[in-house]
Amino acid sequence: MSRGVGARTGADAPAVDCRELVYRFGPVVAVDGVSFSVSAGEVFGLLGPNGAGKTTTIRVLTTLLRPEEGEIDVFGLATHRFPMQVRRMLGYVPQQLSVDAQLTGYENVWLFARLFDVPRRERRRRVLDALDLVGLSSVADRLAATYSGGMIRRLELAQALVHRPLVLVMDEPTIGLDPIARSAVWERVLELRAMFGMTVLLTTHYMQEADELCDRVGLMHRGRLRALGSPASLKAEIGPEATLDDVFRSYAGDELSEEGGTYSDVRRTRRTAGRLG
Amino acid sequence: MSAVRVEPRVGSADRPSLLASARTLGGRCLTLCLVELAKVRHDRTELYTRAIQPALWLLIFGETFTRIHAIPTGRIPYLDYLAPGIMAQSALFIAIFYGIMIIWDRDFGILTKLLATPTPRAALVAGKAFAAGVRAISQVVVVLVLSAILGVTFDWNPLRLAGAILAVVLGSAFFSTLSVTIAGLVMTRDRLMGIGQAITMPLFFGSNALYPVALMPAWLRTLTVVNPLSYEVNALRGLLLGTASNLPVDFAVLLVSSILGILVASSLLPRLAR
Repeated sequence: MSRGVGARTGADAPAVDCRELVYRFGPVVAVDGVSFSVSAGEVFGLLGPNGAGKTTTIRVLTTLLRPEEGEIDVFGLATHRFPMQVRRMLGYVPQQLSVDAQLTGYENVWLFARLFDVPRRERRRRVLDALDLVGLSSVADRLAATYSGGMIRRLELAQALVHRPLVLVMDEPTIGLDPIARSAVWERVLELRAMFGMTVLLTTHYMQEADELCDRVGLMHRGRLRALGSPASLKAEIGPEATLDDVFRSYAGDELSEEGGTYSDVRRTRRTAGRLG
Repeated sequence: MSAVRVEPRVGSADRPSLLASARTLGGRCLTLCLVELAKVRHDRTELYTRAIQPALWLLIFGETFTRIHAIPTGRIPYLDYLAPGIMAQSALFIAIFYGIMIIWDRDFGILTKLLATPTPRAALVAGKAFAAGVRAISQVVVVLVLSAILGVTFDWNPLRLAGAILAVVLGSAFFSTLSVTIAGLVMTRDRLMGIGQAITMPLFFGSNALYPVALMPAWLRTLTVVNPLSYEVNALRGLLLGTASNLPVDFAVLLVSSILGILVASSLLPRLAR
């Protein structure tokens, strides 16, 4: 067995297996020994405030960053050893609104169909199917610049799904959206999960959303994973009327953190919210 | 739509062959060039506004200096001598600020998402570089049309025109990778704008675009030797005017510069995604 191939590989391996992950930005330890595992078909949420280390973890998972210590495997393949193979298994929706406003909805999805090597004979149908899945068929020929915030998020979902990934990774997918658009995005995600049986790994700091959507959650704070389990079990540990917010407070405390997100974290979040209007 | 459960296609640990990697590189370049063409098709404003500068250089600078015979260009009228230089300069001005588009892509999350696709970094940079070349072709067309109107005696042989387009595409590819390299180092639009403006004029005036190298002081001649813009202009003059040139050397310098530029820029690209 070559280095970087996990003990369990292929369809029997966990969809995502994160082991003792450490990542630093200079002197700041962004992720500090985080371990968790996500089974195939599960909806798993990484929760926590800005600066908790969620996005850095996602960036290692999506092969954008190389782990300094520890590793993440996707279906048994280490992200830093087999980045190309791992990327083919992932669909990624980043925190920022990442569609190209100068292209139409169709062209935005078509671009990702080509980059993920969707065969030419199937490409057009797959692009149209992906747009249909997210309810954007009727506006496929409009420039993405004319889309609303909720439509852009759905277009990003179509981009992430056109190659039918095994794992859908979403970093704060509903940040800045109004409640109706948020619920519309989640409805689509759950429909697609039921349809394709894919694994979903998301980050959010909306605890209520995570409570309703996730099979299991991991609570992150200051780079560490403070709690891991199903929303129901975590709440039960605190008390009969507890919410996930209560769970989070019990692990992270109530103190204001001066390290709660860097300037670029806040700028990214505000830019996304600003673009959504 | 009916519910269709897709069988998992778990990735294999096998490495792709060299041939498969080459196909990926070519396919990604083509894809990014097609995307660039689609953007130009949706908004042609840039094509019109970018035509203004070469028009001014040819109509005002070129016509005036042709009349006053200030720059000796042998048997070739100065306007004819200038036109290939302006073609290369116009393409340079597009390419040298291409890094700003990469920073925009970074800020809007587009770059992050592209980097998370199964696309080698070098293929992404090469795709962006040749996309800059695709945009620069519009400048070739503008200068050719203006030159025809102004009576410049180009060789209109289609093969020579194709060669001129290739020279401009390669030159633009190099300068866009230079821009992406600077973007990877300085990380912000403002700094890149400043550096771009600081290096554009030395690249332009330190080449043979406006005047023969023989007229330059010795120290400036040294700069022309290491300036790929000079080789691009040489190739364009050789192809379009039939002047003495060494096309194999000119194209070899442009090709090697572009490849080196792609390698250096792709090594810096991940810095932008951090």
